[in-house]
Amino acid sequence: MTDVRTIDIEAVTKRFGPVAAVNALSFQVQPGRVTGFLGPNGAGKTTTLRMLLGLVRPSQGRATFGGVPYSELVSPLRTVGAALEAASFHPGRTARNHLRVAATASGIARSRVDEVLGLVGLAEFADRRVGGYSLGMRQRLGLAFALLGDPGVLVLDEPINGLDPEGIKWIRSLLRALASEGRTVLVSSHLLSEVQQSVDDVVIIARGELVHSGTLASLSAGDSVSVLVDAPDRSALGDALAAAGYAVTRARSGLIVAGVEAEEVGRTAFEAGIPLSSLQRQSSGLEDTFLHLVEGNR
Amino acid sequence: MSTFLRTVSAETAKITTTRMWWVLALVLFVYVLVLSGGLGALFGAGSSGSLPGGTTGEIPTTGLAPLLYSFASSIGYVFPVLLGALAVTGEVRHQTLTPTLLATPRRGLVLAAKLVVLLGFGALFGVIGLVASVGGGAGALALFDIDTELGSSDTWALFARLVLAMALWAAVGIGLGSVVTNQVAVIVIVIAFTQFVEPVLRSVGALADWIGDIVRFLPGAASDALVGASVFSAMAPGQESLDWWVGALVLAGIAAVLTVIGALTTWRRDVT
Repeated sequence: MTDVRTIDIEAVTKRFGPVAAVNALSFQVQPGRVTGFLGPNGAGKTTTLRMLLGLVRPSQGRATFGGVPYSELVSPLRTVGAALEAASFHPGRTARNHLRVAATASGIARSRVDEVLGLVGLAEFADRRVGGYSLGMRQRLGLAFALLGDPGVLVLDEPINGLDPEGIKWIRSLLRALASEGRTVLVSSHLLSEVQQSVDDVVIIARGELVHSGTLASLSAGDSVSVLVDAPDRSALGDALAAAGYAVTRARSGLIVAGVEAEEVGRTAFEAGIPLSSLQRQSSGLEDTFLHLVEGNR
Repeated sequence: MSTFLRTVSAETAKITTTRMWWVLALVLFVYVLVLSGGLGALFGAGSSGSLPGGTTGEIPTTGLAPLLYSFASSIGYVFPVLLGALAVTGEVRHQTLTPTLLATPRRGLVLAAKLVVLLGFGALFGVIGLVASVGGGAGALALFDIDTELGSSDTWALFARLVLAMALWAAVGIGLGSVVTNQVAVIVIVIAFTQFVEPVLRSVGALADWIGDIVRFLPGAASDALVGASVFSAMAPGQESLDWWVGALVLAGIAAVLTVIGALTTWRRDVT
């Protein structure tokens, strides 16, 4: 790893005919962190990544690696490692040969091919034609391609798709390790929960536009809190809470009190002399916040 | 190593690491071997009077050897065209254009490297075709004591021009594939044009001089002119063909024009 760069998306727009798949999108991805690039299917994630990698020409704006467009990188595979969602392999070519072609084109030593095959756990299948590979094995081969040049920047489109639980655990720790080595790691996903455990930062887009960007923690700041409470004498509890001025909604398992902490609800019940049977703080959760952000844009 | 040489090595590896090239080479070999051997034996038998009802010397044997040898290109040229076209369309079909352009994000350079590599494979196909046509043709002629003309320098000059023709045909394939990137469409176009459209047009060319003046610039006719012998000129002896070097220029020109059109249009499209 020689060259660590930021990823800079600057006011990028891509129109396919009259439809803007990506609209004036700007964000920056920092080294040493794993950044989740999130949004529902069709939000424009893959188009953005393909513009970044010089495969799709932006209608407007610039997508660069620290100011340098992909096509102008002196040694692209050694600078940026990319694994895109589409399974881009010739079915009749073996995994080893697939990587050798790329290594030859980039002047990367052949020994590195065996190294990355071992790293992603494909060493024993290296001489098998890719046509016989499972989705999970193709994902691993795509990752091996990305790691081939030991790049300082990694761009991975839906790398978790198709992996088994063991593979998911493995890739999560790999992402953490790559970022802790100082690399810039951008991982796209349509599910926050899929990457929640491994990302530091999130960039969320919907309908081609940025809806949120910041640390993962910044996402939970928007959480709404409520309390689920119940008592053997539920109506007495409801009257007491209403008298204290809280907004109360009846639910099957009790009463939901919005916008308060459990402590306040407990004190109100205690002061009214009502014994409680349950008292529970409820947070809407990151996934709900994520869905709210994404849908709020519709 | 320069970026271009690395790209050329990578493009070579792309062809040698899949089965297509040797499957096509094998079919070319068998096809040309059977036809040159079979027709060589037929003509040989006819000229020596071994066929029922024939008399000795009825069919002239002059020019028979180069005609049989030229089967390598006059019949086999469709194989380098297919190899060239598939080298481009295969990348689109299997979406390997993505890793290709990630490793070498200069599209013109990739296409130029493909052109260089396919000129080499086309020449190799020429050699393979020649081994088949000389093996079958000379073998059959020798059986009937007809001169194989293998001692003649003219014959060896024909071999050299034939290898050049096959190399240029592979380049035509690259051009065609870069313009029509749909694999099925390109295979249909190649087969229909080489096996049907051009033979029909060239037969029509025998009807009038002015038509003949046009059809001799068709790629197959230009290729036959370059090689200097072919079944077609043997069947229509009245038609004047181009000089060999003009034939070479016509083929190279077709390859160049198609490749430039492809490079400026489909090859620049978004890869999604």
